[in-house]
Amino acid sequence: MAVKTVIEAIRDGMDEEMARDPSVFLIGEDVGNRGGVFLASDGLYKKYGELRVIDSPLAESCIVGVAIGAAVNGMRPIAEIQFADFIAPAMNQIIEEAARFSYRTAGDFNLPMVIRAPWGGGVHGALYHSQSIEATFAHIPGLKVVAPGTPADAKGLLKAAIRDPDPVLYLEHKRTYRLVKGEVPDGDRVVPIGKADVKREGKDLSLIAYGLMLTFCLEVAEKLAADGISAEVLDLRTIKPIDQAAIIATARKTGKVLVVHEDTPFAGVAAEVMAIIMENAFDALDAPVMRFTGPDVPAMPFNHVLEEAFMPSPEKILVKARELAAQ
Amino acid sequence: MTTSVKMPQLGESITEGTISKWLKQPGDQVKKYEGLVEIITDKVNAEVPAPLTGVLKEIKVKEGTTVTVGTEIAIIEESVPATASAPKAQPPPPAATVAVPSPALGEGQGGGSSEARTRLSPAVRALIEEHRITDEELSRIEGSGIGGRISKKDVEDYVAKRAQPAAANGEQRQQVALASAAPAPTPGTTVPLTPMRRAIANNMLKSKQTIPHAWTVAEVDMTSVVRFRQKAKDSFKQREGIDLTFVPIIVKAVVEGLKAVPILNASWSDQGVVLHKDINVGVAVSVDDGLIVPVIHQADRLSIAGLAKATDDLAKRARAGKLGIPDVQGATFTVNNPGTFGTILSYSIIAPPQAGILAMDAIVKRPVVVEGDAIAVRSMMNLCLSFDHRVLDGVSAARFLQGVRRWLEGFSDQVPLY
Repeated sequence: MAVKTVIEAIRDGMDEEMARDPSVFLIGEDVGNRGGVFLASDGLYKKYGELRVIDSPLAESCIVGVAIGAAVNGMRPIAEIQFADFIAPAMNQIIEEAARFSYRTAGDFNLPMVIRAPWGGGVHGALYHSQSIEATFAHIPGLKVVAPGTPADAKGLLKAAIRDPDPVLYLEHKRTYRLVKGEVPDGDRVVPIGKADVKREGKDLSLIAYGLMLTFCLEVAEKLAADGISAEVLDLRTIKPIDQAAIIATARKTGKVLVVHEDTPFAGVAAEVMAIIMENAFDALDAPVMRFTGPDVPAMPFNHVLEEAFMPSPEKILVKARELAAQ
Repeated sequence: MTTSVKMPQLGESITEGTISKWLKQPGDQVKKYEGLVEIITDKVNAEVPAPLTGVLKEIKVKEGTTVTVGTEIAIIEESVPATASAPKAQPPPPAATVAVPSPALGEGQGGGSSEARTRLSPAVRALIEEHRITDEELSRIEGSGIGGRISKKDVEDYVAKRAQPAAANGEQRQQVALASAAPAPTPGTTVPLTPMRRAIANNMLKSKQTIPHAWTVAEVDMTSVVRFRQKAKDSFKQREGIDLTFVPIIVKAVVEGLKAVPILNASWSDQGVVLHKDINVGVAVSVDDGLIVPVIHQADRLSIAGLAKATDDLAKRARAGKLGIPDVQGATFTVNNPGTFGTILSYSIIAPPQAGILAMDAIVKRPVVVEGDAIAVRSMMNLCLSFDHRVLDGVSAARFLQGVRRWLEGFSDQVPLY
């Protein structure tokens, strides 16, 4: 067991999987000699060579398209989109091809591929380097979407995503890369896709989050504890397929739920979580289910004051959580 | 950082409030939403919550003093969490900037507005079912949620307390009984004025000084109503869990009368007589230390059964001291029921700005000359109306009483309860 950052855990995960399975390879912009803009693949080019760590043209549709072609021919590609914001040019490949391939071929073909995408804001990245894209892709049947929040989950879920027979969108929150540190179990530990995790037990209210918001919610839970409010924190880890049982269980346990994400609210992940609770745990609710999300505006502003205004923060979440606790 | 606490506006048209009791003393820790001070406005005690967590630094207005809305009454020093060393990471909690608790919050904390208290969450309903908690028990559970709402935790705490040995419970009950028994006044001493006594005095004085009262009485044959009630009351009690009293039936008759004579559902103003759209009937309830007049809002939209439920609920909460400001505001007409104490002619004082108040006196059996010059034993009742002679004249008043009387005398099984 060693304490790692999220970015180290991701690098370790790719490294171990590439060592374990020769069909695993990485393709993306600047992932080779440069080691990726965030140094996620630092050292892998030297270790595995240019045939397994491939620098692509600046064309996301090409990165994903190549990955699809390789996957259908038995490879296990990891396609890196440099920033999640840049994924739009690859939408056609992802939605029309990757997500539907198995369905379209009646299961004769699978696409065992991972699309890694650094997402989220709070890093002074402005409009083109801060977006949250999970709701857009979670809406598409046939895609799996994961968003780990801790180094251990980042590594374990990456391994699961690489080994999964179907396309997985693997979202890594940029702000967590070096901010969040934690113990990562040694050895080949796989975190199953589709399983949420109670990161903190509590009984008065539940905070449901993922990615960077998990860290914020744990901080909020700590502050609430000082007021005598016992908050449970459920880390979704996987957005799709979502862990309904875990969501229902925590809602039934506390009767008060606050869902938190950085993505904009309309038709967002929180809305889905709230619907699951209303459909399955209404009789156990002690207050209306609440959510705290980024605002419904086009993108993260560049101006730092405005960026702070956009970004959820532990302080802002705390106000909402207290509001729920006081219901 | 210090924040000033101001006299909140605890309801529409309320311009001042009296500090009844400070629940915290300077130097005390206060938690946000925790009761800070009891304020009295127009007959109701409202507990005002602390707008933020901190230490009560200074009390600016002493108990018993009346100040206008917005006057600074206390200063709270905000407690600074240890994590706030980086000031920019600590945006002020929104509540801190709101020196005056919002009216809705203030109202709710005053023992709970009826809506908030009666809004039971699914989780609470499930617990009530599971632990077989009666309505009466429920009315004793103090709601800690916003607006006095009873939360899941409140019920769980209550169930845990209820499970304690019976002896402890008995002791507790005895204490409550002792506490609620008012000390017998000693002749030769001056009984200090309770805030409620003072409020009643001010209101009554204002009424008699400004409203030219006129008074008129109608005699009503209640025999049909009495018979009907006799027949219906057992099944009603079984069905609804509450008694079918005469009050909701009279209120219904009053509503019909007010519909026919809208000038009585009005208020005097120098600009003109304000005719009210809604018919909100105040029903006087005597409580230990005085009188409270909770209001059935939009009584014209309720059936007799609905009125029965509303009066029962309001009376119970009035006696439990659980009325909120909205419960006692907005009456456009008042019904008073001194008859339960055996009176036969009552001269009530109008509650401004209403234009009238109707007293139901005792229903007594008397020999009455009926059709065909026969003498029969009938259940008779006097309805005494005090009205504002500025607003209307005797003719309208009499027309109103006649309408009420006819409605009551024409009562039969055909009148729908629901």
